[in-house]
Amino acid sequence: MRYAETGYNLEIDLARGNIERVETDPKLTELHLGGLGTSVKLHWDRVPPETEAFDDENILVVSTGLLNGTPAFSANRTLFTFISPQSGLLAYPMMGGFFSAELKYAGYDKIVLRNKSPKLVYLWIHNDKVEIRDATHLKGKGALETQDLIREELNQPRAQVAAIGLAGENRVFTASIEQSRSSASRLGGGAVLGDKNIKAIAVRGTKDVYLARGAEFMTLMDEVTDYINFRNTNPIPDVMTILSGIGSPQEMKHTDEKWHTENFMWGNARTRRRDFWSKPNEENWTNAQLTAIQRLISCFNCPQQCGALVAPPDGSSKYMMKCFGKLTYSMAAYVDDLGFNFRILQRATEYGVDSFSTPQILAFAVELYEAGILTDKDFAGCPSDKEGRFFWLLDRVAHREGIGDILADGVYYAARKIGNGAEKFDHNTIKKHEQLPLKLGMLDPIYYLMYSTNEKISITQIEGNFPQAAFPTREQREAFVRDWIQVPDDRFKQYVLEWEPRGDKSIPYFPTPEMCSEIVDWMEMLHNIDDALGLCAGMGSFCLKPPYHIHNYPKLISAASGMDVDEPGLKKMVNRSRNLHRAFNNRRGMRRADEKPPEDHWKRRFPELEEELLSTYYKFKGWTMDGVPTRERLLELDLGYVAEDLEKRGILKDGENKEEN
Amino acid sequence: MAKIKKKIKTIKIDADKCNGCRACEIICSAYHATPKYSSVNPARARIQVISHRLKNIWLPVFAGEYAPAECMGRDKYLIDGKEYDECSFCRASCPSRDFFKEPDSGLPLKCDMCESDPALEKPKCVEKCLNNVLIYEEREEEVEEEVRVEDVEIGLEAMINKYGLDKVMDTVSRISVSKKA
Repeated sequence: MRYAETGYNLEIDLARGNIERVETDPKLTELHLGGLGTSVKLHWDRVPPETEAFDDENILVVSTGLLNGTPAFSANRTLFTFISPQSGLLAYPMMGGFFSAELKYAGYDKIVLRNKSPKLVYLWIHNDKVEIRDATHLKGKGALETQDLIREELNQPRAQVAAIGLAGENRVFTASIEQSRSSASRLGGGAVLGDKNIKAIAVRGTKDVYLARGAEFMTLMDEVTDYINFRNTNPIPDVMTILSGIGSPQEMKHTDEKWHTENFMWGNARTRRRDFWSKPNEENWTNAQLTAIQRLISCFNCPQQCGALVAPPDGSSKYMMKCFGKLTYSMAAYVDDLGFNFRILQRATEYGVDSFSTPQILAFAVELYEAGILTDKDFAGCPSDKEGRFFWLLDRVAHREGIGDILADGVYYAARKIGNGAEKFDHNTIKKHEQLPLKLGMLDPIYYLMYSTNEKISITQIEGNFPQAAFPTREQREAFVRDWIQVPDDRFKQYVLEWEPRGDKSIPYFPTPEMCSEIVDWMEMLHNIDDALGLCAGMGSFCLKPPYHIHNYPKLISAASGMDVDEPGLKKMVNRSRNLHRAFNNRRGMRRADEKPPEDHWKRRFPELEEELLSTYYKFKGWTMDGVPTRERLLELDLGYVAEDLEKRGILKDGENKEEN
Repeated sequence: MAKIKKKIKTIKIDADKCNGCRACEIICSAYHATPKYSSVNPARARIQVISHRLKNIWLPVFAGEYAPAECMGRDKYLIDGKEYDECSFCRASCPSRDFFKEPDSGLPLKCDMCESDPALEKPKCVEKCLNNVLIYEEREEEVEEEVRVEDVEIGLEAMINKYGLDKVMDTVSRISVSKKA
């Protein structure tokens, strides 16, 4: 009997239409935990390094996490892993919603999709019955629309459906996979699914998920529940509202956007508008939000309400929204009216595109037009007003029409294809991927490392447990660390106590490179645990003082799965997967030279310190100075076969095996 | 007839607050598993959140009586501009839909308010609904002590009315002879 997990994967060969239910090796769970960990292992074993995103060999793995389907609050993430058409590396965008639990109840931990279907299809998984069904009648349908159409067609109102829109069908590099109120957006999972000719995956499950020691698990969950209730009634003082609570940033609830609108950049990550939050603008934004949002909603088994049901002001169909997407289009288009964002996001959601990258791509195009690099010919038929222009550009990108065909590959590739100086306008990408539109003054050493080194390549989901900035007064720092039960070691409290906003003990030199390495490693580890368990980062790795942390994860995992996992054991498991992921990307060519934030991310840069930070971190992680895991580190993590592979390929060279090198 | 006090247990459902997380379904199925908390399966839950997300409908419904056949009427409710489907408010475990039934055996499920010994303070779904959609209430009502007529007696009365006393007695005698033989 398998506990917490089902012990079965669905293996689907889309070219042959072959479907197999395959029992998995329980040892893999002991080694890699589940979710991201076990998915990375599948990619390492099966995908040769020369594989490109749209090759048959690029498997796409839809994965649950180890705790999905258990009573663990907020265990609802579904992970998609594939080689990204944008970064060329192993991407793992995730979504909340309801899909992963339903897949577990249907009896599967993962769906492994290989090759391509000869025509557009959708998958229908109903417990043991799995079908590949024709989807030609759904071609071009919206990502949300498709979900309801499939439920109706199957007469299965309780089926959960993940779908792509037109953008995915057209292999737009920022195409998302949408499900209910959630989407797996980053790095083009929708494009890979579209390339495989899969319009949607529908699932309905009515089987049991077993707990090894259920009563013990529930006692642990009672403690988690108490802490959730405590945190929901005790927001953290002295930090921005958005950082004070738990869950994903409460963008649907809070209307005060002074901080985002005045500190994040408008346009193509270009302009800071320090005086935006005037009375009239505040009124417009507040009214637009309160009018459009009909109800705050949750993902599966989560008490937080990070999403919202939205009725757009123009009367178009309702849709669901979450997080920062609330303002990315308005800000990218320099449109002061937030109503515009609620309108255009409806269309963008149905097309199925990432609401971080896409607005920046459109803003990039507008900049190129204003700079004369793109011309009236490229913009023939485009309205001249800001709003109309964005709608027009969005349509072109999703349809891959005209200039939209080039823009659909994202800023990095579009800039190089357009040429003529366009490359200079690609100023906000890391590893070819659009980042948060944020430009700051002083180099932040912690963020420098997170930006540079994490495989997620999406800054907003790497940070979390450590405060974003020093508290101004000693009293505030002492108050913050007093009940900080989540720290893996008390020395992190000391770092916070010593950290000053200005002077010797402030950024960029404090925390020191060694301290920064520890802090980043801790936060990254938490994300890796959440991503293996299928837990929402909003309740663990992505917020201050979360209900899940390194001291209760091992107990929950043990009680749910029956494996005996302690803190060092858990750290080793995720460290193993972390290094395997890095080795996979190293094998695809990723090296130190690729690990850098956008040049203009901070005004004040410190090249020597930055090099020292990176070297210190690499050493801390047990990587060579080129960012490749050393033989020693790999052996420690039972990854000798990886060391051999990297050596055989000349990626790990003689003499590079020791950490001091 | 004498008056007696009866404890009435109710769960008030503040549906406007429901965010559709289905924590109630999860805990219900785990609590009623054997052994307790050994498994989870919302399809076995005695509460189901009926949802039509884009219609802004999230409605927790508790399992009630078993209905052997579908009902004739399929009413629709229009409340605050939202159209609720025919069965939205119905608690019956009935052939027309796939919930409030054990998924493997098809046997009907019914909410038992988590009755247990020792008694819980409140049903588990109420406890785990952190948004207070489900509110547990107890009240005492004075009811007349009724003399309950046994089901068999009701049945026999009906048979006698229809077929006459002699015929029923003859039939009962004949069956009892053949059963005892």
